[in-house]
Amino acid sequence: MNIWLDFFIDSLAFGATFIYGSTGEILTEKAGHLNLGIPGIMCMGGAGGCLVLNLIGKSGMPGFLIVLLGTLGSLAAGMLMGLIYSFLTVTLRANQNVTGLALTTFGAGLMKVLMKLTDPVVYLVGPKQLFRFPFAGRTDSLQRLGVLFFLAVAVAIAASWVLFRTRAGLNLRAVGESPATADAVGINVTRYKYAATMIGSGIAGLGGFYYIIDYMASQEAYLSIEAFGWLSIALVIFALWRPHLTILGSTVFGLLFSCSSYIANIPGVQITMAAKPILKMLPYLVTVLVLIVTSIRNKRENQPPASLGQSYFREER
Amino acid sequence: MSENREKKVREPLVHLTRRSIMSPAKAWGIRVMAVLLGLLVCGIVAFLLVDKLRQNPGRIGEFYYTFIKGSFSTPRKAWKFFKDLAILLCIALALTPAFRMRFWNTGAEGQTLMGIWGAIAVAFYWGGKIPEGLLLVLMFAASLLCGAAWGLIPALFKAKWNTNETLFTLMMNYVASYVVAYFLVVWVPSGSSNLGKLKYGKLPSLGHDYLLIILVTLLLTIGLHIYLNYSKHGYELNVVGESIRTAKYVGIGVGKVIIRTMILSGALCGLAGYLIAAGLDQTITTESVGGQGFTAIMVCWLAKFHPLGMILTAGLVTLLDHGAAQISQDFSVASDFPDVVVGIILFFVIGSEFFINYQLHFRGHEKEGSVK
Repeated sequence: MNIWLDFFIDSLAFGATFIYGSTGEILTEKAGHLNLGIPGIMCMGGAGGCLVLNLIGKSGMPGFLIVLLGTLGSLAAGMLMGLIYSFLTVTLRANQNVTGLALTTFGAGLMKVLMKLTDPVVYLVGPKQLFRFPFAGRTDSLQRLGVLFFLAVAVAIAASWVLFRTRAGLNLRAVGESPATADAVGINVTRYKYAATMIGSGIAGLGGFYYIIDYMASQEAYLSIEAFGWLSIALVIFALWRPHLTILGSTVFGLLFSCSSYIANIPGVQITMAAKPILKMLPYLVTVLVLIVTSIRNKRENQPPASLGQSYFREER
Repeated sequence: MSENREKKVREPLVHLTRRSIMSPAKAWGIRVMAVLLGLLVCGIVAFLLVDKLRQNPGRIGEFYYTFIKGSFSTPRKAWKFFKDLAILLCIALALTPAFRMRFWNTGAEGQTLMGIWGAIAVAFYWGGKIPEGLLLVLMFAASLLCGAAWGLIPALFKAKWNTNETLFTLMMNYVASYVVAYFLVVWVPSGSSNLGKLKYGKLPSLGHDYLLIILVTLLLTIGLHIYLNYSKHGYELNVVGESIRTAKYVGIGVGKVIIRTMILSGALCGLAGYLIAAGLDQTITTESVGGQGFTAIMVCWLAKFHPLGMILTAGLVTLLDHGAAQISQDFSVASDFPDVVVGIILFFVIGSEFFINYQLHFRGHEKEGSVK
């Protein structure tokens, strides 16, 4: 099989983890909340889905039901984490950075405790083929693209459509730019913040689940989700706060991230061990570069939401 | 939305106002209550997760006792407690000037790691070739320089183009981690990336190995308290934090203050790195800081950016961490249980700030204090 095509498809599949993570983060950031809890949320999304699969993995249910319930379990776990975050930052107006970091500590820790209670034979070995739905039987690299991959692409496009083409999206963006103004025109700021954060967290949670059950399909996969959560937050900048651009961005990230393992197989390319960390640094350097360039160009539509990081209290000027 | 507007205007169930000032005793009472409530919830969560506790509910008293036991049951544990407290405190202190300026430095992890890297690089290349005393001084300088450089880069862009510092410093953490990964490949010929303990560049022991670290951090706490509250620099960075416009109006060079403060913040992270490298580890991995750079952000915030208060908050976090680690040993739970405990307690403490800053007025209890 063509190595370039393998490389590309693998990067696409890998990137879906980031599509979920950063689409979720974009939704919360558009509501004015910098959610540094995304790594923890993705961890718990993974744990939630795996716990459900651990219960039903051997029950002999029809395959599509197992896939559906696992996905819903992951979604629910992510949304619960989002609820904790929204309650603390929206209702109790806590500092977002601190809440987010506490959520990441909590989520990553709880996931590792929970995953030790599950049985990989039940949650992984059986179900993983089901998640590879359309191309499950194939032997080439296309088999890597499963149902959750296509869901990721659909979710990103749908999120962009909602954000930039509907009234609800317009209201949400208004809340993120200037909550006081949004409040004045009668938008329920609290409701929008809660909804965006919880839906966003649910979506991000799916990223962790996808990574464990589909992309890696291994029982150690859960240990590396946290790192990819941070990368998802980076990707938000790269995608200039537009969910559909995360598809492109995550593919680029995937290519940059997995090139260190593919580049050695490309005929005619020599690579030393020392080059690998440098290659893995690239996604972060590129993100920093994008951050700098957008701040220098200072175009309004490419900036973070204006109220990002600040909690809103109606009676304050 | 439109039906909402047509509804008769009803008084909301809860009405909030910002409190002007709450007496410190009452504020601390609320915080202590929050920690206790958090501990209660931890007990419930532990009940769900820990098999040994579910089978034998009588051990719940032992469960709580273990929090103290984990830190203080033996002198060795007590020393370790104060050492861990000191390192965490040192990083939190380093963040304080930046946070006072409302520069959200999330890069302490990377700045500290670069500090460790600087010291270890000097010890690796010059260890044994120059006198040990000179080596330690050079390591010290390298740590401070590397940490400061890592803090300076985002500050330059913040000062010139207002580049978002939270995200920039966050990314710098990963760049730092891969810089270390790169050098581990270069330094370790076997390819295992395991450097092992270096023979040279160890800080002298003052009776106990950890004593020097603890003393340095204590001095730093007092020094920073004075710097922030009684020096011109400290005054300037506080004004920039309160309002950039005010700062410009009174003639403070905002860019200059940002750059100066971030050099200081980064250099102090570098100092923490030096203490870790020369005082404890004498080696480096990509995980040498182990997430303390992030924990320090919470420690710093919980103490409301007051250096002296951070002794307490860093102590609380360290106590919880050690206690929960002891629990995971005694009750055979997964070793990640401490993170769950620390997370839960932090949720409660973070949430409790709301009740200190805001006053709740319930419908039907309108009294003289209510705002119309």
